[in-house]
Amino acid sequence: MSQSRRLVKGGRIDRDKPLSFVFNGKTYQGYEGDTLASALIANDVRVVARSFKYHRPRGVFSAGSDEPNAIVQLEEGAATQPDTLATCIELYDNLSATSQNCWPSVEFDINEINSVFMRLMPAGFYYKTFMWPAKLWMWYEGIIRKAAGMGLAPKHPDPDRYEAIHTHCDVLVVGGGPAGLAAALAAGRTGARVILADAQCEPGGDLLAETDELEIAGEAASNWVSKTLAELRDMPEVRILERTTITGYYDYNWLTALQKVTDHMGPDKGGNLPRQRFIKIRARQVVLATGAIERPLVFAENDRPGVMMASAVRTYINRYGVLPGRSMVVFTNNDTAYQTAIDAVRLGAQVTVVDARPAPQGDVVTRAEALGIQIMDRSVITNLHGRMGVKCVTVQHLGEDGTTLLGKPIPFSCDLVAMSGGWNPTVHLFSQSGGKLRWDDDKTMFVPLAGPAINPSRSVGCCNGTMDLPGCLAEGLAAGSKAAKDAGFGTGRAPKAIKATARPEAPLRPLWEVSCHGHKSRFHDFQNDSKVSDLELASLEGMVSVEHTKRYTATGMGTDQGKTSNVNALAIMARIQGREIPAVGTTTFRPPYTPVSFGAITGQDRRELFEQVRTTAMQPWHVANGAVFEDVGDWKRPRYFPQGSEDMHAAVLRECKATRDSVGIVDASTLGKIDIQGPDAAKFLEMIYTNAWAKLGVGRCRYGVMLSEHGMIFDDGVTTRLSDNHYHMTTTTGGAARVMGWLEEWLQTEWPEMEVYCTSVTEQWSVASISGPKARDLLAGLTDIDLDPEAFPFMAVREGSFAGVPARIFRISFTGEVAYEINVPTCYGLHMWETLMEHGKAHDICVYGTETLHVLRAEKGFIIVGQDTDGTCTPMDVGMDWIVSKKKADFIGKRSFTRSDTAREGRKQLVGLFTDDPSFVLPEGAHIVDTATPKPPLRALGHVTSSYMSPNVTGPDGVNGDKGRSIAMALLQDGRNRMGDTLYVALMDGRVKTVTVTDPVFFDKEGERTHG
Amino acid sequence: MLLIQCPFCGERDLTEFSHGGEAHITRPANPDKISDEEWGDYIFFRTNPKGIQYERWIHSHGCRRWFNAVRDTVSDEFLGFYKSGEQPPKIKRRKVLRK
Ligand SMILES: [Zn+2]
Repeated sequence: MSQSRRLVKGGRIDRDKPLSFVFNGKTYQGYEGDTLASALIANDVRVVARSFKYHRPRGVFSAGSDEPNAIVQLEEGAATQPDTLATCIELYDNLSATSQNCWPSVEFDINEINSVFMRLMPAGFYYKTFMWPAKLWMWYEGIIRKAAGMGLAPKHPDPDRYEAIHTHCDVLVVGGGPAGLAAALAAGRTGARVILADAQCEPGGDLLAETDELEIAGEAASNWVSKTLAELRDMPEVRILERTTITGYYDYNWLTALQKVTDHMGPDKGGNLPRQRFIKIRARQVVLATGAIERPLVFAENDRPGVMMASAVRTYINRYGVLPGRSMVVFTNNDTAYQTAIDAVRLGAQVTVVDARPAPQGDVVTRAEALGIQIMDRSVITNLHGRMGVKCVTVQHLGEDGTTLLGKPIPFSCDLVAMSGGWNPTVHLFSQSGGKLRWDDDKTMFVPLAGPAINPSRSVGCCNGTMDLPGCLAEGLAAGSKAAKDAGFGTGRAPKAIKATARPEAPLRPLWEVSCHGHKSRFHDFQNDSKVSDLELASLEGMVSVEHTKRYTATGMGTDQGKTSNVNALAIMARIQGREIPAVGTTTFRPPYTPVSFGAITGQDRRELFEQVRTTAMQPWHVANGAVFEDVGDWKRPRYFPQGSEDMHAAVLRECKATRDSVGIVDASTLGKIDIQGPDAAKFLEMIYTNAWAKLGVGRCRYGVMLSEHGMIFDDGVTTRLSDNHYHMTTTTGGAARVMGWLEEWLQTEWPEMEVYCTSVTEQWSVASISGPKARDLLAGLTDIDLDPEAFPFMAVREGSFAGVPARIFRISFTGEVAYEINVPTCYGLHMWETLMEHGKAHDICVYGTETLHVLRAEKGFIIVGQDTDGTCTPMDVGMDWIVSKKKADFIGKRSFTRSDTAREGRKQLVGLFTDDPSFVLPEGAHIVDTATPKPPLRALGHVTSSYMSPNVTGPDGVNGDKGRSIAMALLQDGRNRMGDTLYVALMDGRVKTVTVTDPVFFDKEGERTHG
Repeated sequence: MLLIQCPFCGERDLTEFSHGGEAHITRPANPDKISDEEWGDYIFFRTNPKGIQYERWIHSHGCRRWFNAVRDTVSDEFLGFYKSGEQPPKIKRRKVLRK
């Protein structure tokens, strides 16, 4: 039967717009304006999901984001979303959803745990199974993962588009209920920039679930909402963000929001709009009007389908035009639930009120009695029947002490229990802001006390413990005005009060848990299946702190973060521990308030926008010539250039050999370049580098290493004196920005009197480095610079023209060959490269990438900072004693050389390694040990830092075969005293390789080739 | 997210800045003349107070200038900002709400 529980009229649904949807394979009808939950209730679908741990059947419980039960898997394929709340999904045509945590079906789940076995899965069950032998845990894990799990993660990339944006405002109002609307109105009228964020599809909050009896400003509440929204929409500085939940409250009033822009339309229906928007809001002032969440009652079998929150039942009746039950028991300890009873009776339901209070009195009780509603006072529900949906409850009188059960149990047939245990102010955001809570004994709730100065906010209305409508409106108006004033707008005086229907309430009777007979399950946390008995067991097993108990019993650890369970759990813990509720403490609320998809946080920062990519001017040539790239920092650098079917190994051997035989060329544009000028430039470099710079001649280059004050190497490179007060510094590719920052830091904070100017020019110059015996021949025909070694020696710079464009040519070498680094303005980079490649043909030019660059420098024993050093290496550790000036009084890091640890014998030092097996390339990072049969515990003597196959190096046997010779560099304890020693390298797979310690310079030890 | 007042640019988000540790640590003038202990104090030891701290910041994704701030490390509240080389503002020790 279609929509058997739909009322003939009423509700904010559009009966002219029927929608069809599929739940668990079955097709149903609903209306525009429905949520999935209201449509399921309209169609009398009672079991919507299975619980997380025990797989008990569960139905819709609430009407908002506090829902712990009705959690579904929305849609299928790439667009599928696990763990969505049926109560928050706006219905759209052809929506499809399935139940979670059930197999084979939600009606029949073979994993349902009956009450006997439930006792075998007590509190701390998961932790306890961890304690069993590891082998058993592996077995258990499989079972647990299959049986207890939430929804299924999508297997395909998210097809949707998201946006992440920043925005600012003077006053942010969170929540569009009566208090929030009033605050937005008062703040908006001052001209302040106001954002009103409301989670629902239309603001109004609980007013949307009211009948027309409730009046504001002399008219039906819903009319007042419409008029207020119209006024707000007319204000140019006010923005209303619908379907927007504030998910996090961070320092200095920085809040995050999730706006569900097109979720309500269904997959692929949003057109050009993103699916969701993640909004980062900086607000001068915040008004929190987040309302309150109704508190469940903890009684026997209270999780059965058909047990709902009383306010939710009222919402379904009045807002969605659905009557969730025809025969209803309202179980309460306070006045608010009577309103539900009254509305239901008027629509023809049979209603009995079970009130824990003795002889409740007051306006709402009188009105209920006048409608003929039976009220059982001093009574509680002690048992409930109906596994797949409530059929019957048992009611008993409650003694003075609040626990003793008196008299005979009286059965009541019913198909719905609407319960209310009072209200919990929604203090989550206030608490996230660093705010402190106070327990209000009269109101029986935690209310905001004081927020920190850095997060100026005001809590108004229900979230402030102000539960009456006139009070909410008054607080909203006052806070809106004051917030605007504090942000620099208006006088701070509130506008004229708004009249509204007052509904005086009698006090509630605290009822944290309801006694029952025997071992009945009384749930306080529905999503995580946590029961009163779990809290008792946790206490018996020694858990005292709230945070420990929460984790041990999983209370509040679900995706709902315990919105309905936390306070009840605290109160029950207080009873168990014999303490007052505030003495037990509160738990910490953490963002996000409701789940946020990673897609939304990421926004547009994905794929090519995820990270910037830097390429050199020669990139088109590299791509056209088949380069295989690697990432170096943000740069794409060619790693090698395979020919034909070559793999990397073959390509690199060929490139390495060709460079030493004829001429190789590499794109070195990515090296960091810093232009340093000023009268104190030389003095400054003397402090930055370890060696002497003052006397470096104009036109000459020098290699330098930079140290931290700890005396450890942190970057290196060649710096050239272009004129008296003008230097060109190069840094490692990855260290360019760090070095620039380092120079600026010293100049600004320690030596502001020095006149030195540093400018990053990395991107201004394109660099081609040619090296090899034929490098000079290649360059000769292309430049007007005199290349004669006498005229242009090693470690010098010359300026001139290259292939018709201005160039600086540095004669420096990272390969140990005769080498030139040709620098031209970046706009000529590709021209320079193509010219070199064209003319290079006659000289057997070979293009190479970073891999060959690494092998060639390793053959020469040149370090790569960050690979062969790791922040614990002094220049002496890597065998560079020669670069440390003995004459300079001071440079950064110098003093640390004489610290006892830096000066001691036996530090890790850079060495070379030859493997016994010339064809085996050691893995970088492998540990060096002193035994061929390693057994734990084992002391590592050091590790391999660089390791390659070299086609140029001859091993101790004087041989380099067709396949090359394996070489490695390593940091080894007391390495320099171990030359010639035999040691061992332990591999991850258990194998052990024998190595001989050697000098790290493997090739042309005398450096004859460089100067040639 | 912290809101930082760059003395050169004005109020900006934390993400534009980098923290530079405790402020007013001067590099010893004659490192060779001081003891290992004094040098170790300069390179390794910082006050790390619970409460008011004078610290360095750089507007790394802005004007790239270093400056100083006074921050309460308990509440994360900034109590003042000033340029390098300027005298720090006098801050009265006061009770702050613990986060
Ligand atoms: Zn700045």
